[in-house]
Amino acid sequence: MFKSSLQAHKRIAFACHRRAASFSFLPSLKIRVTVNAANSFHHAYSTKPLPKLTAESYPNVTRSSSFKELSPEDMKFFRSVLSEQEILSSTNEEDLAFFNEDWMRKYRGQSKLVLRPKTVEQISKILKYCNENKLAVVPQGGNTGLVGGSIPVFDEIVLSLTQLNKIRDFDPVSGILKCDAGVILENADAFLAEHGYIFPLDLGAKGSCHVGGVVATNAGGLRLLRYGSLHGTVLGLEVVLPNGEIMDSMHSLRKDNTGYDLKQLFIGSEGTIGVVTGVSILTPPRPKAFNVSFLGVESFDAVQKVFVRAKQELSEILSAFEFMDLNSQKLTKLHLKEAIHPLEEEYPFYILIETSGSNKEHDDAKLEAFLEKTMEEGLVLDGVVAQDETELRNLWQWREMVPESSQAGGGVYKYDVSLPLKDLYSLVEAANQRLEEKGLLSPDDASKPVISAVGYGHVGDGNLHLNVAVREYTKDVENALEPFVYEFVSSKSGSISAEHGLGFQKKNYIGYSKSEQEIKMIKDLKSHYDPNSILNPYKYV
Amino acid sequence: MSKQLRILVPVKRVIDYAIKPRINKAGTGVEKAGVKFSMNPFDDIAVEEAVRIKEKHKNLVEKIHAVSIGPAKAQDILRTALAKGADTCTLVDAKEAELEPLAVAKILKKVVEKQNANLVILGKQSIDDDCNNTGQMLAGLLKWPQATNAAKVVIDEANLRATVTREIDGGEETISAPLPMVITTDLRLNSPRYATLPNLMKAKKKPMEKLTLSDFSDVDTAPRLEVVKVEEPPARSAGIKVASVDELIAKLKDAKAI
Repeated sequence: MFKSSLQAHKRIAFACHRRAASFSFLPSLKIRVTVNAANSFHHAYSTKPLPKLTAESYPNVTRSSSFKELSPEDMKFFRSVLSEQEILSSTNEEDLAFFNEDWMRKYRGQSKLVLRPKTVEQISKILKYCNENKLAVVPQGGNTGLVGGSIPVFDEIVLSLTQLNKIRDFDPVSGILKCDAGVILENADAFLAEHGYIFPLDLGAKGSCHVGGVVATNAGGLRLLRYGSLHGTVLGLEVVLPNGEIMDSMHSLRKDNTGYDLKQLFIGSEGTIGVVTGVSILTPPRPKAFNVSFLGVESFDAVQKVFVRAKQELSEILSAFEFMDLNSQKLTKLHLKEAIHPLEEEYPFYILIETSGSNKEHDDAKLEAFLEKTMEEGLVLDGVVAQDETELRNLWQWREMVPESSQAGGGVYKYDVSLPLKDLYSLVEAANQRLEEKGLLSPDDASKPVISAVGYGHVGDGNLHLNVAVREYTKDVENALEPFVYEFVSSKSGSISAEHGLGFQKKNYIGYSKSEQEIKMIKDLKSHYDPNSILNPYKYV
Repeated sequence: MSKQLRILVPVKRVIDYAIKPRINKAGTGVEKAGVKFSMNPFDDIAVEEAVRIKEKHKNLVEKIHAVSIGPAKAQDILRTALAKGADTCTLVDAKEAELEPLAVAKILKKVVEKQNANLVILGKQSIDDDCNNTGQMLAGLLKWPQATNAAKVVIDEANLRATVTREIDGGEETISAPLPMVITTDLRLNSPRYATLPNLMKAKKKPMEKLTLSDFSDVDTAPRLEVVKVEEPPARSAGIKVASVDELIAKLKDAKAI
């Protein structure tokens, strides 16, 4: 009892802010926050007005006339395949709102029907029917995407994988996990933890996002530095194609050099050529010892130098190297209110280093030596090291809460780009300068739309998150940023989407990262597997 | 004024409170192998309070001495205490022995005497056994005043008194007593700071006195209690969803909850 009251005391602020996250160490709250994601979401935001319909915000995007509108006959068919509990239709708009809005509250669709099947066979029947009848479909996982890819634009049917959520098989010798697409990432990781393994991917939305969703969007996350991308760890997939055919490659072979590696096509396809229903993934042993250190440095140059040193001296135990700029921490401080920032003084840049390994003493000694040296050399100006689990989790909050803090003031424009390391931060500086020149930015003046443009990200992966925190979404801001950001990234030979994908937001900007030939081949594949374009229309390419 | 206050902060190494303890196979206690340990959170608050008193009363506090009775690995939490602001520390290596509160209080009394401490600040309880005995027993043995469950501590430098606001059922109680005294900490007292890198480095150079239970041979540390059995609480049955308020009321009536 005392333990839980202590936890609640310290953690409740975080738990309430974090959307539908489940905290295994907070049993009393777990039930409330996870049972119904839709409810907690709407509870948290009920005082704010509905976001604008995507169709109104983007009048140049029009509903394709080739798609049929939902008819009573269609409903009859769906009722023959699914139980009442698996169908959410327009009788209650509240129920549908969760599936029609993204969590940034930037996009809102007008779907009148959400299907939540429990079996792969049902999904096959649904897609076959929709394909034959030209009904557009949006596959949806945990709906935590950041580019508007998981929500309908017009009246597309939402195919939610929420109820396809069983762990299928786990081999404790090889560490290969097979599970349904709708398993929540944190639940998959908790299951693996019991067997001494870890999910090779971790991200802030782990309490809501689905395993299938992270595969379909090729999410990167916080552990990519250590465990590599999903293109390497995913061993096989089960995918339902638009015509209802099921591609099953759910084997557990680490090596299989026969034919095209088809699963790769679906990793990062964002639900445009098939619906991922099952995932077979290789999981590494769970490290026994974690350490987290939070450092303050004086420049982005110092961030890079510390990174090089960390790779050299921490080598195999380095599992995350994240940087955050001062403005991102200022926003987070405002958002977390009473939580104490790890460092007393302000520094232009902050670094979070995580090590994980099998031997605590060994890791401690390595980290200690590394920190001592970098401090003596003046590279690191100040820093703290977590002394217990709570401090460790609290330190991570100062990185993981940046996205949410960025949007707490009203909204956020998110850009997730890959850039050569030396140019990584220059985009944030350029964006700030541009917004200031246009008179759009002020941290204090509420008449200006932009609060702050902040930068943070995964240094290890050359991945920058530029978040432009705004008081409201306006065309002025969007026009100032787009295509400016994409042109800037393109000029440095970067990628306009490092890990969030294209979705609705970046559909028109793929040309900044892919060549004409590449785009042509992508379109060929799309039209081959989805000739009627029923899957996730108006997005991707 | 000469520095007159010597604060002793006893700290205990416990299974980290963010970790769910598991019962061992024999059913005699919790599994300790391969589990993360850290400082008892209430003791962390005690360290923080001592440091804050020292920062506020620079001319009053001579030193803060931390002490831990436990396995050799309790050194780790003593280093943490040193990094957070304690000046010196003592490890009483008890090896694998698990001491009961009375034995702990008797050893602490000896440490208090040796260190000539006149203020003891410790957690109101440790989160492993939840006894909530040690502070009270120590005060009794020393015949000192005690203020348990502290939510606020104010030191009157001129009169060497402490005024303590205590958490009690339904509210607060404010009491005042002359030093020396024993204070046990509650949650709201403060939010402990992080251990900074420079301080962690300095902590390595701070002195750590190492003793063993044999240095306290006149204290009877034999357990007086026998653990009969340790078991998990019964699992809660799953909840159900109801469609309407009427159904909810009907179910509650069936369950005789209303």
